Parts: sequence; C-alpha cells; structure tokens
Amino acid sequence: MELLKRYIPVLFLLALVVAFQLVTHFTETTYYLTQLTMSAYYSIVVIGLCVLMGYGGQISLGHAGFFAIGGYLAGALTTHNLISLKHHALVSFLDKLGLLVTSSDLYGGELLTVEPWAACITAVLSAGIIGLAIGGPVLKLKGHYLAMATLGFGIIIFRIALASAYFGEADGISGVPAFMLLPGIEVSGGFGARVLNYYIAWGVLIVGIILLLNLIHSRVGRALRSIHGAEEAANAMGINTARYKLYIFVLSAVFAALAGVLVTHYNGGIGPSEAGVMKSVRYVAIVAVGGMANIWGALIMGIVLNFLSLRGVFGSYDDAVFGIILIAIMLFAPQGILQINPWQQIKSRLSLLSPKSGEEATD
Amino acid sequence: MTPELFIQYLFAGITYGIIYAIVAIGFNIIYNTTGIINFAQGEFVMLGGMIAITMNAFMPIPLAIGLAVLITMIVGALIEMVFIRWLVNPSVLRMIIITIGISILAREVALHIWGESVRALPYFIGNEVTSVSILGARISPQVLWVIGVCSLMVAGLSLFFKFTSLGREMRACAANRRAATLCGINTKNMVTLSFILSAGIGAVAGCVMSPITYSDYEMGPSLAIKGFTVAILGGLGNSLAAVTAGLLLGIIEAFSVSVLPLAFQDAIATSILLIILFIRPHGLFGSSEAASLKEF
Repeated sequence: MELLKRYIPVLFLLALVVAFQLVTHFTETTYYLTQLTMSAYYSIVVIGLCVLMGYGGQISLGHAGFFAIGGYLAGALTTHNLISLKHHALVSFLDKLGLLVTSSDLYGGELLTVEPWAACITAVLSAGIIGLAIGGPVLKLKGHYLAMATLGFGIIIFRIALASAYFGEADGISGVPAFMLLPGIEVSGGFGARVLNYYIAWGVLIVGIILLLNLIHSRVGRALRSIHGAEEAANAMGINTARYKLYIFVLSAVFAALAGVLVTHYNGGIGPSEAGVMKSVRYVAIVAVGGMANIWGALIMGIVLNFLSLRGVFGSYDDAVFGIILIAIMLFAPQGILQINPWQQIKSRLSLLSPKSGEEATD
Repeated sequence: MTPELFIQYLFAGITYGIIYAIVAIGFNIIYNTTGIINFAQGEFVMLGGMIAITMNAFMPIPLAIGLAVLITMIVGALIEMVFIRWLVNPSVLRMIIITIGISILAREVALHIWGESVRALPYFIGNEVTSVSILGARISPQVLWVIGVCSLMVAGLSLFFKFTSLGREMRACAANRRAATLCGINTKNMVTLSFILSAGIGAVAGCVMSPITYSDYEMGPSLAIKGFTVAILGGLGNSLAAVTAGLLLGIIEAFSVSVLPLAFQDAIATSILLIILFIRPHGLFGSSEAASLKEF
C-alpha cells in the first residue's frame, strides 16, 4: 500500500504526459512539444539538485557546471574529428573496440568521431568523478563558504569552456550528431522526431524521479534528512554524514551531466551560456520555489518556469523574473509556494494522490 | 622580465588589488554587523560607475561622482530596509538566496537602463595616453588616483571605526549584537548604516576605476567573487588583512598574464578561492579557533 501510494503520482504524471501529447496532436500545436522536451531535460537537473538542497541541506551554485561538463564532453567527443590521428595507437585501439564511428561531412570528407554512447558514458562518468573530487573538500564547508565554493567551481568551468579552443570558445560546439539510444530511437532535433524525443525526454525524467523517490524513502533518504535537521546529532547517532553528503552530491552531478548530454544531442550543440552562473542560480530558484524538500514541487516548477522561459514569455526580462521569484519566495514563503494556504487546501484534498510531502517539507 | 616591465606589472597588480580590497572591505562591513555575505556587493561598484558616467553628461566629474556615490548609498539603504530589516532570524541559506536575487535584479535593472554597451568615465587628469614615469615604467595618472583614493578610504574607515562614537557602536554590534542592544545601541540602524557604508565605498571604487577598467552592467559578479576571495584570504571580518590579501591577489593576477592566456585570469582568482576555502577557510591571517566559533 505504502509502495502504491508512492507510485500513484508517477502513474498520474505518465498519463498526463501522454494526454498532453495527444492534445497537441489533435489541436495541431505540436510545436509546444519542443519546449516541453527541453523543460523535461532541465528538470532532470532540478530534481537532482532538489534532493541535494532539500533533503541533504547543501546548496550548490555550480550545477550548471556539471550540466556543461556533460554537454561539452559529449559534444566535443562526438564532433571532434580524429581522422588525422587515425594511426595513433590510442585512436586505433579505440577504433578496434568499436568506440569510434566513421561518417562523412557535407563535402564528402571522412570523419572519425567517438560513438555517442561511449561519449555519453565518458561525459557522465567524468562529471561523477569531478563531483567526487571536488565534493570531498567542498562539502566540508557550510553556508556562505559552501555557496561561494560551488559558485567558484561553476565559474571555473564557464571560463574553461569560454577559453579553450577544444570547446569552441565563445561559439560553443555545433553540429553534434544524433544519439542513437536503440536502433530506431535517437535523440535528435529533427522535425519528424519531435514526438519521439518528447517521449524520450519524459521517459528519462520519470525514471529519474522513480529513482530519487525510492532513494528518499530509503535508509539514505532518512540519513540525509537527519543531516539537514542537525548534522552533529546525525553524526552522534553514527551516521557517516560526510559520506552521505558526498554520495548525494555526486548523484546530483551525474543527473545534471546526463541532462547536459541529452540536451546537447537534442539541440545539436551547446554554448557557454549553458555553463553560466545565471543558469546555476536558475536551478536553485526553481528548487526554492518548489519548496526545497519536495521533488514534485521542484518538478512542477521546473516544467512550468522552463516552459514559459523557453517560450519567451518573459522576453528580455527573463533573468529578472527569476531574480524576483528568488527574492519573493525567500522573503514571503521560504517553504515554497506550494505550501501557501490556498494550495495547502487543494493539496490536502489531493493527499491521496501525492506523497506525504507536507511531512517531509522542512526549510 | 626587465625591471621596467616588472614595475609595470606591479602597478597593474596594486591597482586591481586595492579595488578588490575595497570590495572585500564592503563584504566585511556588512558581514560584521549582520553575519550576512552580501552577494550583491559587486553591483554597488557597478552602480557607482554607471551612474557617475550618466551624470557626467550634465555636470563636471567631481559633482557627478559625488551624486553617484550618494545615489548608490541610498540604494544600499533601500535594499537593507526593503529586504533585510524585517526578517526575523533568517537562515543563512535564505539570506544567500535573497542577496543573490538582489544582485540579479540590480544587474537586470542596469541592463535595461544602460544596455549592454561598455562605458567609461573620462580620465580625471589628461587622457588615456598621458603617463608619468616611475622608476622607468610608464604609469597612467589614473592608476595613482585609484591607489590614492582607495588608500584614503581604507585609512578613513580605520579611523572611523576606531575613533568615532558611531564607528565604535558598529563594532560593538559586530562583537555581540545582544550586548550592544542592551547598551542602548539601535542595532537595526547599525545594519542599515553598514549597507550604506559599503554601498558608498563600492561606488567610490567603481567611479575611480571606471576610466581604466571600464564599466558595464555585468561587471559585478566577477568583482564580487574576487572581493570575496580577498575577504576570505584575509580572514572574514578583518579589513586591514583584506588590504594585504587584495594586493596579493591583484599582483598574482597581474603577473599571471605573462604566463597564462588572459582568458584564464578569472579562473585564477577562483582557483585561489577554492584552494583557500579547502585548506585555510579561516584565512591566511586568521586563527582557526576563532573561525570555528563563528556562524557561516
């Protein structure tokens, strides 16, 4: 029963996703699917960060950095032509392992690039390893120091992306090929592939949500909440707080990197703005609006705000809107807007449909 | 490296270093009275410079700068009164997010007022090619202005905190807020004052540096992160150490240009920040025992 209660919202979401696709199909507004696909990918970053911030109580202002590590590595590996290095020992070794693909460019020139699956795994693993490496020292810090250290990490990634020729400097990387997940199923921005990609994105997102829901209802989740509540007390109870914090930091980094990889293949490219500080702040803003320790809140806000932003509803006030949202939420409703009264009532009526978020929500 | 080139780099380093020190002191003043790191500190520098540039179209430079500093101070006071003053025991996470929001807002307002273009105040004396010769190196008089004005501000602030009654009240508030309240000090007003003060010194720095470094709407964050690096390097809350730390960072950055591409300059300061945070979060000159008692 407990388990069923946890998954009912997931099924509900699944139904909603299918229903929306059908609606856009019959009203011939399928162009909305493009932004919804992107929103779903960005929401993968958001839900990962939500668990880190809301449950672990650790702020990160550097998650755009992990997103960029994933996106840039996948982009660079799948577009960088290795043909001139063909006889290099390492390159021919990789080729023998089947990790490289040969194709031809617009002018018939031969291209030798890394296979997207191999690139994806490399990118996500790299983000995980970098997260592990910096997570150790970073998570010893608290409050302002933690915020600044993660912000600093984000800035370094942004600068590296902007300054290295390998990552295309200010132009970023373009011409990233499609990512064939399975034969016939590929992540690409093609016009005809819109519906398919919508389902891929939401599929990945939903798998991510299920993973995190299970996590926060497990031993790890309880340990994290105890860390957020009182780290010293958790330590005294024998919880290895450092290890749990690191674990969740790396997990959220991997989520962000995976989103980066998929967005890069979907858009066919990535630019330095994806690594910018403003992007990291935006993810934090969405988690804050959603109510910190509330995956569903973060998800709803992630979809709604990203969708509106991508549709260009906010125009040139895009960043300003996120700034205002941040301030307003933190001033008036630090528990997230889903916790404000009128919502509370709707929520309690729908309590059967939602996990016990009222109980879980802490600051 | 020839001795002339060395001195040239040294002066460039000192110029930037002292600006970082001013930003760091701005952080320290607010941190001391409130325990908040004001992430919008860099925006005060930006506002000072940009307002002075606009005002300069209608009036001579000294007046424009005076007015710009005044307006920025008012903005600082308003920020404190609107966003900070009425919060009861806000958590650190909440304050971080609020000040980040303020910095975004300030930047966006600036973007809509002034656009993306890079502007500059005219040189106070002469123009961009005027230079004085110091030990064989050619130094722009504006560099001397920056160093002079910023040094004066540092000295003035030290005197203010040491010898005036208001300065002592602010220090009392920093040492122990409750005790200060019991002594009849209005700590809320001291917090407002600390915002006014750090907005003011930020704006002055923004004006004197504008002719050399230029001003644009998005100069704030990178200055803030460097100022924060310096504040940490010197030990949070310790303003005199911040000057030493600022000069150190400025000089390291200036000399790094001779070995690394310019594009990596920002990454250097940030790397130093990370290293310091990892190894000595209480700063080069602070004591670890004192730091462990503070609330971050």
